[in-house]
Amino acid sequence: MRDAASTKTTHPVLTFWVLAGWVGFCLLPWYGVEDGFFGFSWLLEGYPLDEDFAPAAFLLAQGEKLWLAPLALPLLAPLAVLRLRKSEPAYATVLMLSGAVGFSYLVAQGFGIGIRGFTFDWLTALFGDFDDRQYGMGYGALLVASAFLFLLTQGIAARGAINGDVFVVSAIGGVIVVVATFVFFPIAKMLLAAFVTEEGSYSMAVFASKFFSNRLWGLGCFQGARCGVAWNSLILAILVGVITTALGLVFALVVTRSGFRYKRALRALTVLPIITPPFVIGLALILLFGLSGSVTVFVADVFGIQPSRWLYGLPGVLIAQVLAFTPIAFLVLIGVVEGVSPSMEEAAQTLRANKWQVFVTVSLPLMRPGLANAFLLGFIESMADFGNPLVLGGNFNVLSTEIFFAIVGAQYDQGRAAVLAMVLLAFTLSAFYAQRAWLGKKSYTTVTGKGDAGVHPLMPKRLSIPVLSIAALWGGFTVVIYVMIFYGSLVELWGVNDTLTFKHYVTAFAVRLEEGGIRWIGSAWDSFWTTIYIAAAAAPLTAIVGLVTAYLLTRQTFAGKNAFEFGTMLSFAIPGTVIGVSYILAFNVPPIEITGTGIILVVSFIFRNMPVGVRAGIASMSQLDKSLDESSLTLGANSWQTFRRVILPLLKPAILAALVYSFVRAMTAISAVIFLVSAEYDMATSYIIGRVENNDYGLAIAYSTTLIFVMLAAIGLLQLLVGRTQIGRRTQFTSGS
Amino acid sequence: MTRTNLMLCASLAAFGFAASAANADKLTLYCSAEEEWCQAMARGFEDATGIDVNMTRKSSGETFAQLRAEASNPKGDIWWGGTGDPHLQAAEAGLSQEYISPMRDQLHPWAIAQAESAGNRTIGIYSGALGYGYNNDLLAANNLPEPACWKDLLKPEYKGHVQMANPNSSGTAYTTLASMVQLFGEDEGFEFMKGLHANINQYTKSGSAPIKAAGRGETTIGIVFMHDAVAQAVAGFPVTVVAPCEGTGYEIGSMSIIEGARNLEEAQKFYDWALTAEAQNLSLEVNSFQVMSNVNAQASDKAPDMSKINLIDYDFVKYGSSDERKRLLQKWDEEVSVLPQ
Repeated sequence: MRDAASTKTTHPVLTFWVLAGWVGFCLLPWYGVEDGFFGFSWLLEGYPLDEDFAPAAFLLAQGEKLWLAPLALPLLAPLAVLRLRKSEPAYATVLMLSGAVGFSYLVAQGFGIGIRGFTFDWLTALFGDFDDRQYGMGYGALLVASAFLFLLTQGIAARGAINGDVFVVSAIGGVIVVVATFVFFPIAKMLLAAFVTEEGSYSMAVFASKFFSNRLWGLGCFQGARCGVAWNSLILAILVGVITTALGLVFALVVTRSGFRYKRALRALTVLPIITPPFVIGLALILLFGLSGSVTVFVADVFGIQPSRWLYGLPGVLIAQVLAFTPIAFLVLIGVVEGVSPSMEEAAQTLRANKWQVFVTVSLPLMRPGLANAFLLGFIESMADFGNPLVLGGNFNVLSTEIFFAIVGAQYDQGRAAVLAMVLLAFTLSAFYAQRAWLGKKSYTTVTGKGDAGVHPLMPKRLSIPVLSIAALWGGFTVVIYVMIFYGSLVELWGVNDTLTFKHYVTAFAVRLEEGGIRWIGSAWDSFWTTIYIAAAAAPLTAIVGLVTAYLLTRQTFAGKNAFEFGTMLSFAIPGTVIGVSYILAFNVPPIEITGTGIILVVSFIFRNMPVGVRAGIASMSQLDKSLDESSLTLGANSWQTFRRVILPLLKPAILAALVYSFVRAMTAISAVIFLVSAEYDMATSYIIGRVENNDYGLAIAYSTTLIFVMLAAIGLLQLLVGRTQIGRRTQFTSGS
Repeated sequence: MTRTNLMLCASLAAFGFAASAANADKLTLYCSAEEEWCQAMARGFEDATGIDVNMTRKSSGETFAQLRAEASNPKGDIWWGGTGDPHLQAAEAGLSQEYISPMRDQLHPWAIAQAESAGNRTIGIYSGALGYGYNNDLLAANNLPEPACWKDLLKPEYKGHVQMANPNSSGTAYTTLASMVQLFGEDEGFEFMKGLHANINQYTKSGSAPIKAAGRGETTIGIVFMHDAVAQAVAGFPVTVVAPCEGTGYEIGSMSIIEGARNLEEAQKFYDWALTAEAQNLSLEVNSFQVMSNVNAQASDKAPDMSKINLIDYDFVKYGSSDERKRLLQKWDEEVSVLPQ
């Protein structure tokens, strides 16, 4: 088939992209339209001649923005090869050249010329002052850039890369460009900001003075004063990592290796904290253990202990984070604990090891990958957590809150924020590598293709008693916290006036019927709808990007695959606060100017949550036999058709996982969001933070409770939409292999 | 597959909806007052004019930082509320623009003085005196005497009972610092701040947080603007408001039109509307107890009576300027905040 294709002289895909390039150049507004990406009022307001809405070609015809003129050349060149055969060398060369030159020039002019003329001093030195300027790129530029990119990838494919498969080459090119634009570029920009002086020049000394500041690394806590924020964060994260891992393991053992009956209830309990908006747990803790909390007062009355503010600081943040992140550790560990093959344990027992020895010398070492992953997740989540330290931190400052106040506080010091973000990033990346080093290259594989009958032995007695009691205590504590949360949303004024009321729900979600429809007068509606739209837009896009990447990683081999994988996973190790800061720095100015729009929120969610889609996709795809793809290809389908018709339908569980995770995350995330919200696009979590700061706990908790139910409903709905894969994969498809 | 396609379409439609903007008249409002008041102003203006309002509430410090960040490409139209200093700084930095409203003849002289000191780039909308509030229950439970003066707060028995905001992040706390400097002189004022530091249990980020914590029983005393303390008492919390005996500073909550506003006409409409007695009476509905700048605006009987408070002659021009502010904050950072507690 492929031979036949390469002798054809019409190239529908190429024609499409050449045409797209010309449409972008001649018909669509070149610069970003102020009304937003999907506002179409420009069609009526002076298009195509008005300078704000004019396509590049019209601008040039009016003698404006002349530096765009060279772009026409690489757009013209591909026209010459439209009638050539793919196999002719000129075809590939022309496409690659025009794609590469066009794309680089487009990027270069975008960065070179900004709102105030030349962006770089050396350009001014070279060409003199420049009194024209340009704003962020819009539809036209976006389309032309895509056209150049895909011309380039078609050229590379025509040269024979990856068997000349245009879809695969284009997918790789596309993923590289978006990851570079939305992960590497902002991070690089942020790292640079750490070196900028107040006057705007670069200096190592500025960085050093901020980096070696006493506020960052001070060790005053050993002498009664305060420690630097870096130490605070590190200590907190290690504690949280260790404790959540231990608790996660305890719960996993209870579920798999004890006679515990209510496993479903326990599962449900572990899902709750994941879909709980930030702050809620912190608020409940204050209402229970604060200076005037119910428990504090009770203890003071009964035992005569003087109430104190012990909660504010490390203890409070620690408890809140452990409550919030233990379920994540549990979810990681349950798979691993279940996966330890019973036959190994049986073998050890046959060799006369007692139950305790089996557990310590066989089961536990085999769980190492799970333990390491659980610790890493707890560590990173704690480092990036923003809500709990904000509510409970007191004078215990951590990096994530310091970064926030360096940017939005009255001191407004982007450089300091960048330095703090670098420290944070260094911590999480070190943890990432420490984890890899600890696991080493040992094999932990216990699940093989061979029959694996047998059941897990019960825990030894001396383990099961403490494990069950810890699980019962902590589980009970979690239940109490959630009951309190629900109760808190229904009382007038917690602790002062305990009358039951729906007042908070009414304030947040009241509606008024008027002629012409419903008027949403509740104060929470704006942020609520925005959150729903943004989450609904981000979830499928995240799933798509993640699954395409997973497809490339599992099904294709190409040069630089490892670097590619690292790049797509990088954003997982980057805390949300860092993403938020770097997005502000990178996307507030041309060429990509998207701060204050809904797009920046969607984009940040896609790249924050993409690694989960990738992982879920890889896991599912490695279960699908490659012979499926091969037979589809042999029957004449191309790789796009194979992906869409064969692989995708078999990936429903992975799609569901990616969709649910990104939807839930988009609704509960705060660390990155807090920087990116704007007047028009306020998110639920940032609205809640405002209520918390205003002492309006009732409303904040009522809103959060509503969000929890909305998320439960949404998860159910997604499950319904995606549907379950009812195909017995093993029996129907891979039995022959 | 059709279901997947359907879902894709639906989500694309949602995306389109999320990113599209209304084509009707609109106004982007940065609001630095309490959320409820901000909401009431936004909705009230929508009802009065039919202009859509996009409102973000951020503290005055945060909003000022945002204005600076967006200076080359402003996204907001008007900035309403929040303590006057950042408004004056914004005027000084050319971040706000001149406007003389036809409503001026209805305003108190202090509101116009605020405008004149900033070249008409800002205007006073309300004023409120600084003070503190304490939680009656906690005070009694800890057998503490009732404080009545600023210097009472330095007494050792209040150690760990006083809360105030961090002057670096809050306009309220900066007003406190500047008031102490004006009330006691710079040296003694800083001595006061150092003494206070020893008794502080937490420096909060937001200006009114201390009295909220006091209301909730999480601290005994909170240093805030008195109207914020009154609001907590009215909300049902056991809070007593104190007008310190030595005299006290005050703020003039202000409003500015942002330089380079994209919806200038709507911003001016809002400006005029916000100075009317009707708009200013909205403060009563949301339990805000400031003194409003329109002479015809109603005053709440619960509001602190400004005529009975010993107000200092607060120098807004000097202490609102960026240089003086920076100097005082740096001095506070270096000499006060680092002391052990």
